[in-house]
Amino acid sequence: MTTKHTISVLVTNEVGVLSRIVDLFSGRGYNIESLTVAPTLDSIYSRVTIVTAGDEDVIEQICKQLNRLIPVIKVANLTIGEAIEYEIGILKVNVSDTNRAEFMNIVAQSGAKIMDVSDKTYIVKIDGNEKDVQTFAELVRPYGIKEFVRSGKVAITKGNQFINFKKTN
Amino acid sequence: MNKIMYSGAEILLKSLVKEGVKEIFGYPGGVVLPLYDALYMQDEIKHYLVRHEQAAVHAAEGYARVSGKAGVAIVTSGPGACNTITGLANAYYDGTPLILITGQVNSKLIGGDAFQEADIVGITRSCCKHNYLVKDVKDLARIVKEAFYIATTGKKGPVVIDIPVDIFNAKYEFNYPKNVELPGYNPTYKGHPLQIQKALNTLFEAKRPVIISGGGVVASNAHRELKELAEKLKIPVVHTLMGSGTYPDNLETSLGMMGMHGNYCANLTVCNADVIFAIGTRFSDRITGCLKRFARDAQVIHVDIDPCSISKNVKATIPIVGDIKNILAAMLQELSKKHHKINNELKDKWFREIEEWKKKIAIPQKTSDKLSAITVLQAIYDYTKKDEPVVSTEVGQHQMWCAQNFKFNHPRKLITSGGLGTMGFGFPAAMGACVANKNNYVLNIAGDGSIQMNIQELMTCVDYKFKVINCIINNGYLGMVRQWQEKIYNKHYSQTKISSPDFVKLAQSYGALGIRVEKEEEIIPALKKAIEFKGPVMIDFVCENFEMVYPWVLAGEPIDKVLLSREEV
Repeated sequence: MTTKHTISVLVTNEVGVLSRIVDLFSGRGYNIESLTVAPTLDSIYSRVTIVTAGDEDVIEQICKQLNRLIPVIKVANLTIGEAIEYEIGILKVNVSDTNRAEFMNIVAQSGAKIMDVSDKTYIVKIDGNEKDVQTFAELVRPYGIKEFVRSGKVAITKGNQFINFKKTN
Repeated sequence: MNKIMYSGAEILLKSLVKEGVKEIFGYPGGVVLPLYDALYMQDEIKHYLVRHEQAAVHAAEGYARVSGKAGVAIVTSGPGACNTITGLANAYYDGTPLILITGQVNSKLIGGDAFQEADIVGITRSCCKHNYLVKDVKDLARIVKEAFYIATTGKKGPVVIDIPVDIFNAKYEFNYPKNVELPGYNPTYKGHPLQIQKALNTLFEAKRPVIISGGGVVASNAHRELKELAEKLKIPVVHTLMGSGTYPDNLETSLGMMGMHGNYCANLTVCNADVIFAIGTRFSDRITGCLKRFARDAQVIHVDIDPCSISKNVKATIPIVGDIKNILAAMLQELSKKHHKINNELKDKWFREIEEWKKKIAIPQKTSDKLSAITVLQAIYDYTKKDEPVVSTEVGQHQMWCAQNFKFNHPRKLITSGGLGTMGFGFPAAMGACVANKNNYVLNIAGDGSIQMNIQELMTCVDYKFKVINCIINNGYLGMVRQWQEKIYNKHYSQTKISSPDFVKLAQSYGALGIRVEKEEEIIPALKKAIEFKGPVMIDFVCENFEMVYPWVLAGEPIDKVLLSREEV
């Protein structure tokens, strides 16, 4: 059964490491739904968060293949354990005088935030898990979404589990 | 105190010497001029000049496979580097340790589409274990150290070091690091003790066990442990193409090669086993046939150093990640501690069943008066076996006939392109084998198609007096493809009839010995002459055009559906 998985990959922050990861996915026919990458507090490392889909065997292979890359220090499938996942959506929405009040109400109810206002459009930010972002976008869709940008996912394990710098297979 | 400064080129060569490298293969060019100048000024490393960069990498691989050490090749940037891709992919697939040094344009010109520039780090990413672009001469020695470490540990493989010409010229002191620090690279060597225990218990309880021995056993040098374990547990052994020689073919319990062109008996044994002990094999499609119907009822114990190989194709019941030699030794140690009794009655019943399967073999066919390739290969084997030469092959029918008819009692004797299936591999690999083992001749079993893919290396062989005896099974066709066309594509021999030059005259024009063999009685005299000749030889065995390789399991079929002759459908 194909399911979505969030995989957190700790890598050494060096040239080409992202290409290695992306090449691995394309070369072996795996699919990337979203990908975020940024240095960790210690800038010699970077954290890559990949959302991918596949059945159990495919996900297992993806994790093993990622581990095989030399600059990859640690691979964790965050979907298996408990994890907090977070992403941001920024939308540019058509808002007119007639529906402004209604729109502001949706924004307030959804916990979204107005970032910028112009005479015809509002830029509004929504954050939360994937569903929160998706739901909000669906809610404001009738107003006319001019543009929708979305970050990939970042995720962190809950409680006392850590993705540390020691690689295990 | 003033430190002695060396150029990047000198640092590279000094690093190679530190790694014990004495012989390298290569081809010069513009951006590697400083390196070739440094080579000229020293005498610790001998450089073999090939005639094509692909051949340099195959030769390095042949060297590595025979010696067990990492092979090294040097090429220039752009076209030189691009020509190595097939060689790299071949070594990556078959897990051969090698280091490829590619020149690169001046680091200030990279990205500007300079003359002979190619993004070789980008191009090679998916066909090597790891690669580096050296950006600072200070990093060079460390990178070489890391490259050798990565290439020769874990699942072995090729590592590329791309070095811009200005780095070759830049000066720095030489300090070869003692250790490597690679937080992301920690291969597992020791097998999990509980898994080992579980595996042993399963093997004890097995009624119909079989061992599949793969190329990993060669890489890990574990053939002795394998033999001891198979004997102690009384388990029959089949091998993959890459596992040739890991278990002596002359033993009663050796069932030979399994797979698409494997023995009937080997395939049937695997299919009917209740426990499959797979050691150092990737379970490639050429081994498993139809995956869904492979070993459906068997428990699979899978030992491999590469976690990716485990449960990739065949789901392992008991996976053990680690070095094969270590794991088999640990199993033997466990065995010596306990007094397990082998149920001889059960085992004898299993071996009796196997004996029955052994009786079914491919039926030889003769469709014309021309030489049979099988007869030729059997004669070559019989005549040369006393010398135990290294045998390399190209890819195709001759490769399978060789694997079927030659008996290998030691590993590192059959050098063949297993995973990638590279035509043109055998000849340059044979040159590498000559360098690794200077006291014996090397047989390259070739087809008339394959030999023409790297035939230019005849000149290299003549230059260095490499004793490579090319046995060309000349059947006028790209035989393996033709065989599929005959069976599956209604005898539409689309582009598989292939012409060849006069190999005898060709050999002579290079300064090599050429012999043509058309009759059975000419085989032995030709071989005798070839072995006595002090240099490369081409023997053109003019063979039957339409001979087929049997046993044959058609692609996608289960491996117990073995065809033994043309008549079977």
